[in-house]
Amino acid sequence: MTLEQVLFGFFALVAVVSAVMMITGKNPVVSALFLVLNFGALSGTYVLLRAQFIAVVQIIVYAGAIMVLFLFVLMLLRPDREQSYFKDKPQMKLLAIIVGVLMLAQIAYAVLSTTTGKVAEEASRIETGTIENIGRELYTTYLLPFEAIAFVLLTATLGALVLSKKKLD
Amino acid sequence: MIPLEYYLILSAFLFVTGVTGVITRRNAIVVFMSIELMLNAANLTFVAYSSFFGDVVGQLFVFFVMAVAAAEVAIGLAIIIALFRNKETINIDEINILKW
Repeated sequence: MTLEQVLFGFFALVAVVSAVMMITGKNPVVSALFLVLNFGALSGTYVLLRAQFIAVVQIIVYAGAIMVLFLFVLMLLRPDREQSYFKDKPQMKLLAIIVGVLMLAQIAYAVLSTTTGKVAEEASRIETGTIENIGRELYTTYLLPFEAIAFVLLTATLGALVLSKKKLD
Repeated sequence: MIPLEYYLILSAFLFVTGVTGVITRRNAIVVFMSIELMLNAANLTFVAYSSFFGDVVGQLFVFFVMAVAAAEVAIGLAIIIALFRNKETINIDEINILKW
């Protein structure tokens, strides 16, 4: 077993376990912290995929900025521990599991029944995810979407200010 | 080298976990976190294909998805705060003001 396989197994296991713990945990703060762990594990798989820039941005944006926002709102609202959804509707638990398993089977079937095209060589894979390469594409071919996304972020900032300031009627 | 399918199956599992979270949880913030999980699963698929085909465009898309996710979180949490101010709850079963 190579080091890459060991690392992939480790990160995949952490990602899967933390995702399941996140949706089953009763306390929202614990769920949020498990989500941070999940983002960290995903960042590790990005490194294994030679996407160094995305791996770093994943930590900075998701685990850093977005989760801090979540934890802030959790602190402000301090929601009560939700009673289990399944207490008054026990048949829903079975239904949720069935929906999940069916969907997973569907996607897994789609993945396994398609053949993958030609895979790039190792040398060009390492080149792909560098900041230099991404930056060049981003500021030439994809300049317009880049500007558009800046506008989206500006609108979102203004929207968040307006929404959280005044009362809805 | 890890086969591409392993990454895709991992991504599929994370996505389905997110879907299950959305349909079973009642806390609006946890539902929101499940949506983030689904976005991340999609990102993993993008990065896996991008890396295996040596094409950088998939990673650019992940960059854009992250920006949209950040915008979405800012707006969504603002909506949740506005709801909490009005209804004193973030339990999605009790937030049914649009129900006719």
